[in-house]
Amino acid sequence: MSEVLHRLAALLPPDRLLTGPAQLAAYESDGLTAYRTRPLAVAVPETTDEVVALVRFCHKERLPFVARGSGTSLSGGSLPVADGIVIALNRLTRILRLDPVQRLAVVEPGVVNTQVSLAAAPHRLHYAPDPSSALICTIGGNVAFNSGGAHCLKYGMTANHILGLKAVLPTGEVVEWGGASREKIGPDWCGLFNGSEGLFGIALEITLQLLPRAECFHTVLAGYRTLEQAGDAVSAVVASGLLPGALEIMDALALEAATAAVHAEYPPGAEAVLIVELEGTREAVAADRGRLDAIIAASKPIEMRPARDAEERIAIWKGRKSAFSAVGRLSPDFIVQDGVVPRRRLGEALRRNGEMAREAGLRVANVFHAGDGNLHPLILFDGRQAGALERAEALAGRILKLCVEMGGSITGEHGVGVEKLDYLPAMYNADEIDCMMRLRAAFDPLCIANPGKKFPRAGAPALQHRGLHPLEKAGLLSRE
Amino acid sequence: MTEPLTPATPAALAEAVRAHPRVLAVGARTKPRLSRVPGEVALLSTRDLRGIVEYEPEEFTFTALAGTSVREIGRALGAKGQYLPFDPMWAEAGATLGGTVASGVSGPGRFRFGSVRDFILGIRFVDGMGRLLRMGGKVVKNCAGFDLPKFMVGSLGRYGVLAEVTFKVFPTPASHLTLKLSTSGAEAAARVLADAANSRWECDALDLLPDGKTVCARLAGPAPALEAVSREILARWPGQALSATEADATWSDLREFRWTHPGGALVKVAVTPSVVPALDTAARSIEGTRVHFSVGGNVAFVSFPAPAPPTAFQERLRALGLPGVTLRGDAPLWCGARSIPAVAGAIKQALDPENRFPSTED
Repeated sequence: MSEVLHRLAALLPPDRLLTGPAQLAAYESDGLTAYRTRPLAVAVPETTDEVVALVRFCHKERLPFVARGSGTSLSGGSLPVADGIVIALNRLTRILRLDPVQRLAVVEPGVVNTQVSLAAAPHRLHYAPDPSSALICTIGGNVAFNSGGAHCLKYGMTANHILGLKAVLPTGEVVEWGGASREKIGPDWCGLFNGSEGLFGIALEITLQLLPRAECFHTVLAGYRTLEQAGDAVSAVVASGLLPGALEIMDALALEAATAAVHAEYPPGAEAVLIVELEGTREAVAADRGRLDAIIAASKPIEMRPARDAEERIAIWKGRKSAFSAVGRLSPDFIVQDGVVPRRRLGEALRRNGEMAREAGLRVANVFHAGDGNLHPLILFDGRQAGALERAEALAGRILKLCVEMGGSITGEHGVGVEKLDYLPAMYNADEIDCMMRLRAAFDPLCIANPGKKFPRAGAPALQHRGLHPLEKAGLLSRE
Repeated sequence: MTEPLTPATPAALAEAVRAHPRVLAVGARTKPRLSRVPGEVALLSTRDLRGIVEYEPEEFTFTALAGTSVREIGRALGAKGQYLPFDPMWAEAGATLGGTVASGVSGPGRFRFGSVRDFILGIRFVDGMGRLLRMGGKVVKNCAGFDLPKFMVGSLGRYGVLAEVTFKVFPTPASHLTLKLSTSGAEAAARVLADAANSRWECDALDLLPDGKTVCARLAGPAPALEAVSREILARWPGQALSATEADATWSDLREFRWTHPGGALVKVAVTPSVVPALDTAARSIEGTRVHFSVGGNVAFVSFPAPAPPTAFQERLRALGLPGVTLRGDAPLWCGARSIPAVAGAIKQALDPENRFPSTED
């Protein structure tokens, strides 16, 4: 162990600075399994004071650090850097305050997403953002990547639910922004910090707004002969003036995977399945459900199945949420993409993606948040075949560029990380990237916080194999 | 002060920024304290920088130049059955989209789905080096790059000048119903606010009127549902449903600040429902002072008869740990509790290295 690591170890009780190769191996990769880097060490703080001490040490020593929650980032956001340490935040799992009157929770960064809703449930409250990995991903990671989920059109992303933040910046400065009020005075610092992908520091205490849980749901699953028909049904729902909580589409390959994985049953012959969910007071849902059913019926589905009870609703969502990891059963390897297109161009985007996939000789499964135009093409390939990974990556790149050409974005909710470094310039020009680099330098003059993410850094990590994350294999993690 | 410059395009706006050592953008000046800064400064009016650039109802998004009035936006969206759910203030007084973002002021309707920060998607703005930059996106979901669009909310033109803004919009609810609930005063009213906010009713707006005892609850959605929910609310607290005309007038008076003292100071304070009674007492202990609590007791607008709020009020705000900003009057820009992290100066330098825009302290 080097002299610097010895001094670092002194900041923590014994055994909480991991340096052994076997210990480090568990932290080499995250949800983007293609990349693998061994850090110098992994620090495991148990208090926010220890996190602050670690960051101040890193600043003093110019030692790069990468904060990590559960390591579910799909863009490689928590991939370690070889010349730095990982600060693992999994032990900062306290819910510091849960206030049902002000409808908020103050949590440490290692609190798992669903734990917040679980704690709030006795008060009929919940935390709205629900990425598919909600069972395992942490709030700290959600803040760093401004995570989304299936309900973003109506409820927004993580940033829309953060009322306040206490954070340690890469300079060691501890800041507090916002607070218990839903209103803010002055610039929205919390908004700026959200989605900064760990480049602006580490959130220590996060104030989340809680919302009353919807009293009633009406969930409809409809099967269509073509993806276009499902897309047209989305347009019809949107044009009707209804505001569904979720609008999701799965294509034939994704349906095949979900059927194999969780024995979901879909209308036979369906090339696409649409899931629409209304939510609200029982009176509002009762008034609107007939309208929704009529719109879906008029969209010529092969079959439509309104969920008759909570159990059927849960089954519909289970199939949808499992689709990503289920695709792992169809192919030894796959890449998940995360582009966004204007909703009206969904059909065109899917058609062109299909054409590009055929040209590349690759199969692509599609699962997407149709309500907000967020595509998640899953590009299947076999990493054992020479050149397959490169072909898959090239196709992923073409899909992202198409999203930008269509007026969309290279990432809806996974972030840039290391995965999309090459594509940020497709969205922003040199001046705009310079502006962002200036902001980054203001927060982190030494460039020690998650270096090499979001913006390129010399010496990018090498590609390794792709495949299911060990947590996915264990059924603990799913991708979205 | 000389006449403001009136660039009509984003490029002309950038050119105007480059041409002056000190500049500040102004819209309709409905919140005059925000643009009253000491020293020589060239004012850039967004008066001619107006118009809707793009509106795709099917996308639930629109893009407009910063000087476009929120009233014009409201009309264009309304024609397609959509609206801005954060309920922009001073719409009839001519408030602009850019001013609404820069001031970070949202209306009562933001109770249900969030404030201006929750609906802004993208911007084009001019930084302190005179560069016209695009940040964020034009689609409802995007997390590429840093979220400068959100940072601009409440930034008062001190970090950049907005040229163009993209927003998310929602379909207009099928109907509205407003209930007036009578309480004995701020203490009881705060409990009504908290209980209604935590209920199953999904209120659209929830405000305590400047009279200090009447809670106004607005419901939005299909009409039969609203009638059923309103019966439940009125069985819980004494009150009455308003006619559509009465309701429109009530909400319009709040949005236009018709209840405030003309020429008096107006301060916005970020509060929580539990502190409503204490702030109400503090405000009303000053002769003639009025206060409107909005957003279920999360925002207070305090109006003073005099152009400057007494220092005693400022001290009380600090004691309660509440931050505020002066929208109108002669008071300091920021009032109440405030801490300025070192990084704030670094960010100002990053975006405005030559201090072309006024200091965040002016």
